Formats: sequence, C-alpha cells, structure tokens
Amino acid sequence: MSRCLCDRSIDHVVLERGEVAHTWRTERWDSLRLLTPNWQSRLPGFSYNGDDPDGYRTVAEVIEFIASYAKAVSAPVLTHTTVTSVRRTETGYLVRSDQGDWLCRAVVVASGACNIADVPSFANRVPRSVMQLTAQDYRNPEKLADGGVLVVGASSSGTQIANEIHRSGRPVILSVGEHIRAPRVYRGKDLEWWMDAAGVLDERYDEVDDIARARRVASLQLAGTPDRSTLDINALTEIGVKLVGRIGGISENGKAQFSGSLRNMCALSDLKMGRLLDRIDEWAQRNGLDARANLPHRLPPTRVEPAPRLGMDLASGEIKAIIWATGYRPDYSWLEVPVLDRKGRLQHDGGVVSLPGMYLMGTQFMRRRKSVLIDGAGDDARDLSAHLTSYLDSGVARIRA
Amino acid sequence: MADASSIANNGVNVAALVAAREELTKAPAAAQFKWRAACEWKDGTHSHSTVEGFYGLGQEQHHKKTFIFDADHPELFASEDKGATPVEYVLVGLASCLTAGIAAVAQYRNIQLRSVTATLEGDMDLQGILGIDDDVRNGFGGIKVTYKIDADAKREDIEALVAQSQKRSAVYDIVTNPTNVTVVVD
Repeated sequence: MSRCLCDRSIDHVVLERGEVAHTWRTERWDSLRLLTPNWQSRLPGFSYNGDDPDGYRTVAEVIEFIASYAKAVSAPVLTHTTVTSVRRTETGYLVRSDQGDWLCRAVVVASGACNIADVPSFANRVPRSVMQLTAQDYRNPEKLADGGVLVVGASSSGTQIANEIHRSGRPVILSVGEHIRAPRVYRGKDLEWWMDAAGVLDERYDEVDDIARARRVASLQLAGTPDRSTLDINALTEIGVKLVGRIGGISENGKAQFSGSLRNMCALSDLKMGRLLDRIDEWAQRNGLDARANLPHRLPPTRVEPAPRLGMDLASGEIKAIIWATGYRPDYSWLEVPVLDRKGRLQHDGGVVSLPGMYLMGTQFMRRRKSVLIDGAGDDARDLSAHLTSYLDSGVARIRA
Repeated sequence: MADASSIANNGVNVAALVAAREELTKAPAAAQFKWRAACEWKDGTHSHSTVEGFYGLGQEQHHKKTFIFDADHPELFASEDKGATPVEYVLVGLASCLTAGIAAVAQYRNIQLRSVTATLEGDMDLQGILGIDDDVRNGFGGIKVTYKIDADAKREDIEALVAQSQKRSAVYDIVTNPTNVTVVVD
C-alpha cells in the first residue's frame, strides 16, 4: 500500500509496533515455512529472482523478504510505534500512538487478520497439570513435556504442528473439525500454480455467492513442506497420529468430549477437494494444458477408523499438553470508530470500510480470494489506493479538510 | 445436475428459506426458538406424548394440529408394545431431519430428487441400561444411516447433498455433540 501511495504522491506514514515483519519475528513456530511457493510472493515492482522458485520460505527468509521490500520501496516506516486508538475528527482521523498523535484524512488498517488466537471458552476447564499453548505461542516440540499431546484443529497450523510433535516421540491425538484438504502438488505442479493460473485466486468478493461465508472458511490445509509432500490427515494417521472429532466441550471434572461428526467432516473436505480438482481439470482441458501436465488423479478418501473415541480424561496423564490451533481473529480493540458489526467484524466493501477515508488490507477474501496472501496485496493496494486518492480529491474530503 | 434451463421442484420453498435467512440475519432475536413436547405416563412403560405449541419469531406459535406419539417397549421386554421405543424415536428424528435437509439442499442446488429412502440402525448393548456392566454406555454405541437416492445428479453431487445435510442438521448435531440437560421436579 505504501508503495502504491508513493506512486500516487500521497503523503503517508506506516506505523509499526515492532520491527518490519513484526508478527513473523514474534508469533510463528520455529519450523514454519510460508505455504505459498517463492515465485508466488509478487509485490508491486518486486518479485523472486532466486534459484528455487518452487521452494517455500522459512520464517527467517520471510522476514528478510518483507524487510528488503520495505527498504526497496523506501517505505516511510516508523518502527516501535504502537497505535493506541483511532478516532473520528471533523476532517478525518486522530491516530494516537505511544510515540505521539497523528491527524490524517485517511487511515489504512493493515494490522492483520491473525492477532488473537481463538480458543474455545471451555479451555479454562483444562486441568492445571496439562500445559496449554496456542498455535501462536507454540515454538517447537522440545518445549513440551514428554508424553501425549492433544492438537485441536486440523487446518494448516494444526496439521503441521501435529506432524512435528508426533515425530518428536510425543504421541498426538488430533481433534478434527471443518478443514479443507488440498494436495501440495497436483499433476506435477504446485496447487497454488493451478489456482493462480486458473483464476481461482483472482475471484472477486463481489463475484462469489455468499461472501460472508467465504470469509469465514478455514484456509487450505497446505504446508510449505521442503519435499513438496502433501500433509493431509492420511499422512498424519500414516505415522500414527490418532483422530478424534471436533472438541465439543470439557466437563467440570476435566473430561473432554469429542463430536461424533468426524466422518462427515472428512467427507465434506474430500468432496470439496474433489470439486476444486474438477475445476482445475476442466480449466486445463479448455486451455490445452492436458498434454503438458501429468494425468488427472484423485487422492484416496480420508481414512477414519470405525469408532473414533468420543471422550478423554484430561487429568489421567494420557496427555501432557494441548495445542489450540483453532483459528485466529483480528484485534480491533484500538478502533474507536463505529465500524464493527455485532460479531466484532469490520464492516467493509472489498476493503473500503463503512466510514469514509478508512480502508482495510490483508484479511480473508477481503477483495479477492488471494487477499490474505502476500501475493494478493499488490492488486488490492492498487485498487484501494486509487479509491483513497479519489476520496482525497473529492469535494467532500476537501471541504472537510 | 439437470441442465441450467430446467428448474428442480422438490416441493421445498427455497425462496422463503433464503428470505427467512436474510431476515433473521438482520434480527437475531427473532431467531431464538423454543421447541416443546409434553409427556404423560399411561401404564407400564407406555407413555403418551404430544407436540403442539412452540416459540419463535418473538411470539408463541402453534402447529396446525396436535401431534401424538405413543411410546412403549416391545413384548420381549414384558411390555405391551403400544408404540415405538424412545430410542427408535431418536432414529426417526435423525432420519427425518437429515432427509428434510437433503430435500432443501437439493432444491437450493437445483437438483431434482426422484426418490430418497434411508434405513437407520443403532447398536445398543443392553448391559448398559440394565446396569450389568458400568463400562457400557446406556445409549447407542453407534448409528448407521444408509441412504438410497435417485436424483438428476452425479454421485459426487449426491454425496455432497448428504454431507451438507449432516453439516446443517439440528438432530445430527444433538446426537453427535454434548448438550446440557436439566431435569427438575416441580
């Protein structure tokens, strides 16, 4: 966004509570790799030119990438500046920070979609003897006691964490709710390549049937595996991870109950993956790629044992830790403007917030399916910076200013 | 799925359901419903239950008539078999909920149904309810639902109907997830 505002000669500052790429420095587990391939992180005027376009960046490489982009575009970043509130004024907004106040005519909220780890309310009934971490504060298996681990959530974070904890010798039980299965590589190409080429990632928020639902859908169960292997539930049960259904509750005496819906959760996910691959195959055929790509194929259905267990005594010692990989939500507590709906979600139309002069960046399906990816920032910033510029140029803004 | 020009008719008023969804999104208080049943003991294991009023859309509502359900146990349990057993009513609830869901989802996806039949089977080890073995639960060990569906759609689309119906079914949720139950004596 800063780069696009520069292109339009709009004076601006970028306020950053820590260093550039703060959350990548402070809120990621050690072994994490970006789930999109190197070639796919394209930013305005900046793209990958290394010798491993199909690889996945480590956390250190992502930090380096974002920091070097900030440098390359000479973004006017003020680091170690924490915004404490944003309020409406006669002419625009008053932005307060721990380093002083700013008056401005427009604000871009780019504080991220994953500020707070969402943990179910009944987590407070977990016995004290069991360590609890979220995917945000988990770092590596060695920080956990020896013994069993319950990983809750089977999307991208949960499956990766379950995989490395189980491989460390700590038996993992994985609680599986809704998730979206996806092969890492399909017909010889990265799934992201297909979704990019077939236009799936470019689908706009005003083209899908139910955008509210599309914004709530879990992210694809993809991992940046160095060997480009698919890390799905079958890969986990293969190494001995046990499955249970979605966690439904914990009783006052510390007994967890798991839903009997595991089989349907896996069936829904398999069917959804099938529809995505059908769409890719149809696109490949229509565009004459059939001869150049490997043959279409389908993954075997997700295996679920006949009678997965429905309960667990958390105090029995069977598990020593729980990792909540149950999703994230943004923190808008510092926005002192009426822009949230009754569920605390920011109301916006493709990133144009309901208050004039306020914009959003980098949330799930904000403007396009790729909005939450690094690769989605460029197109969104181009669109929204154009809107922002015409807002500043408009009579309303000028009179108010 | 049939070709785009044909409109499926499964007798489900999808327009009304979609409109209700929009209305209740705007007015979440109206979405608060209370479902009720009353039950009276007759004799032995025979009881007589009725369903008539419920609460929703901010006021008391009524069915078109009072529905009556006799429950009993079979003669094999030394009962008189004047009605289905309560656990069979659970199967009936699950089957009818999933089946209504299949019809509604099919209508929404413009899939014409020709026939939908389900058979249900719940496994139960009587050592639980008879107090013979404390390690055996009272309820079903598992429930198997088998659908036979004839519709203008590919197998994957039919499977997706059945999966989506489970995802949005109240009774499926009640059966697969814990619910707080409070029983008091007035």
